[in-house]
Amino acid sequence: MTELRPVTVDELRHLVSERALAGETMLLNMGPQHPSTHGVLRLLLELDGEIVVNCIPDIGFLHTGIEKNMEAKTYQQAEVMTDRIDYMNNMGNNLTYCLAVEKLVGLDVPPRAQALRVILAELQRISSHLLWLGTSSLDLAAMSVFLYCMRERELILDVFEMVSGQRMMTTYIRPGGVWRDVPAEFEAAVRHIVEIMPARIDEYESMLTTNMLFLERTQGIGVISAEDCKRWGLSGPVIRATGIPYDLRKVRPYSGYEQYDFEIPTASSGDVYGRYLVRVEEMRQSVRIIRQALDRLPYGPVRSNNRKFVPPPRSELGVSMEALIHHFKLWTEGFPAPKEYVYAATEGPRGELGVYLEGDGGPKPYRVHYNTPSFANLQAMPILTRNHFIADLVGIIGSVDIVLGDADR
Amino acid sequence: MVTAAQIWEWVIKSLIIILVLTGGFAYVTLYERKVLARIQARVGPNRAGPFGLLQPVADGIKLIFKEELTPAGADKLLFTLAPVITVIPALVVTAVIPWGESVTLFGKTYTLYLTDVNVAILYIMAVTSISVYGIALAGWSSNNKYATLGGLRATAQMISYELALGLSFVGPILLTGSMSMLEIVRAQQKLWFIFLQPAGFVLFLAASLAEVNRAPFDMPEAEQELTAGYHAEYSGMKFALFFMAEYIKMIAVSMIGATLFLGGYLSPLTMLSGLPVIGWLFASGPHWLFLKVALWLFFMIWVRATLPRIRYDRLMQLGWKIMFPLGLVNVIVTAAVIVLAGG
Repeated sequence: MTELRPVTVDELRHLVSERALAGETMLLNMGPQHPSTHGVLRLLLELDGEIVVNCIPDIGFLHTGIEKNMEAKTYQQAEVMTDRIDYMNNMGNNLTYCLAVEKLVGLDVPPRAQALRVILAELQRISSHLLWLGTSSLDLAAMSVFLYCMRERELILDVFEMVSGQRMMTTYIRPGGVWRDVPAEFEAAVRHIVEIMPARIDEYESMLTTNMLFLERTQGIGVISAEDCKRWGLSGPVIRATGIPYDLRKVRPYSGYEQYDFEIPTASSGDVYGRYLVRVEEMRQSVRIIRQALDRLPYGPVRSNNRKFVPPPRSELGVSMEALIHHFKLWTEGFPAPKEYVYAATEGPRGELGVYLEGDGGPKPYRVHYNTPSFANLQAMPILTRNHFIADLVGIIGSVDIVLGDADR
Repeated sequence: MVTAAQIWEWVIKSLIIILVLTGGFAYVTLYERKVLARIQARVGPNRAGPFGLLQPVADGIKLIFKEELTPAGADKLLFTLAPVITVIPALVVTAVIPWGESVTLFGKTYTLYLTDVNVAILYIMAVTSISVYGIALAGWSSNNKYATLGGLRATAQMISYELALGLSFVGPILLTGSMSMLEIVRAQQKLWFIFLQPAGFVLFLAASLAEVNRAPFDMPEAEQELTAGYHAEYSGMKFALFFMAEYIKMIAVSMIGATLFLGGYLSPLTMLSGLPVIGWLFASGPHWLFLKVALWLFFMIWVRATLPRIRYDRLMQLGWKIMFPLGLVNVIVTAAVIVLAGG
């Protein structure tokens, strides 16, 4: 076993202030094992008493090598890995990847599949925001909200299990459509969620939105300006809380989002409270989108009929020679993609989730690169936390809503 | 002249108090987990024994068999001593709380209190102040930055809130004219002091939450930012002692609060004078004290389930800028009213 080398201030000399070197301020290593860093984030804090003078985020503890690994897999196989990138946005990751593949090879998606994708992506957004609301209020020690949120999140995970067989690692959205049509109970289950959610969101709000202690812990904490947001490339609720209505669902609509009537909630304060308000309102808007999508859910195929890219239904395999050949070719070899590159992006729960995909003419991608919101938003940590109390630092990490799997890939 | 019989009586009464408190500690943990679970739409522990009643036993056995770790750079003596310093004041503080008047057993009358000293409230103040040493020493001797921060927070917090707590004691003392707990309870025959001292009661409630480090003033532990604060490095029975001190202190402040403001062991029916007392259930006795303590503990747990933690600087502001002046005003007003009313 190798001895663990102690980290000395000398190695970090270039990152900390003169006062830390003189011993006036305390250096505190927060994480990677710490209950409030939401995964394996390490923060090197320079503390003056309880006040954070400087905060240096250090990532890489959850590096999975997914991007590199995807180059060794065919386009269909690589999709399975996208579930594991941001484990709170599985459907959204699937969707982003599939949009990129569809753009690369030029596949059309039937309208029913489009609507199903929207429903599932919005359900995923609600589930991610629920987990965020629960954990970030737990960071402020409001512990009951967490369990109320988990109760509703469970219903959404049940729907995912119903359609894909998996609660989290779904791989349900596939290039050219979705894996297979949803079961008969799907509509009733989603309707149930849509019916109960508005009242449940009111319930969470009643515990937090006007709670004096909550306001004291969130208002004016972790403020970032709109200019800084743009400069650092932040996205999602963090930038919307500063008043910029930047949401890819409106700015660059995909999967038919332009057909739905919804609003982009913004706040003007740019603080933890603003991010909270934006996310809570986003859950309401997601419910609105799901309701519209359910009402006009068209009937028809859920997968593209292009057999060069989408495997034929199992029922055809016994009767059609072509179907058998396509099936065999697609699952042994994969499909070739042109020697081109594309960038596709969706609005994930945390912000702009983009994927750059480059083909080399063969069945495997030449390069996959993710532009993930957690990575971009994490860069703002030093700005957000400067001169705040260490207790607020925890609230700020929670409010940015990072997923370390998303930051490290 | 102290007789051998009296000494035996004291020893037995002390043992009973310690057993009730340690047993109470075990079941308060279960009570808290059950109540929290019900508030949070969960079931709570229900595997060990009927309704999970053996859960505290299982927890205790687990903690006894855990490995005791001492960090390499720790001050061994203080590290071991700190939990002891914390737990003993919590155990002895309730010695002056009366459980009832007296009971006749086998033709001899026994009083239902260990001792009735005439400086009971000073004794409580003195003893509760000692436990802060345990916490501060635990934080410092662990050689851990998180623990040190927790210990520092605890020291500042407890010293600040001791003042407000002490001032809230003054109201009942003025109204009774005595520092004896027994006298204070007897003075509440007609009317509980919560109705005469509402401000004092609120002060006591808030200051006692801070004094025992309960939410929303659980700064020294602050699981989210300080991982566990002063007891971050403790494990096994040493950790259990801190845990025990916290819960026994919860019981103790509930008992003190119930005695000072809610009439202690008195039945609420005594306030309606002239009503005949039917049976022991409605008569004053230890069971009323238990009921009041249980309600008080429920309130503490309820607060923990509902409120976020208040920030450290806010806590200090609340203590020094609001609660301390409020306590002073309350004392002056109470004293003035008593003088004017011709006391």
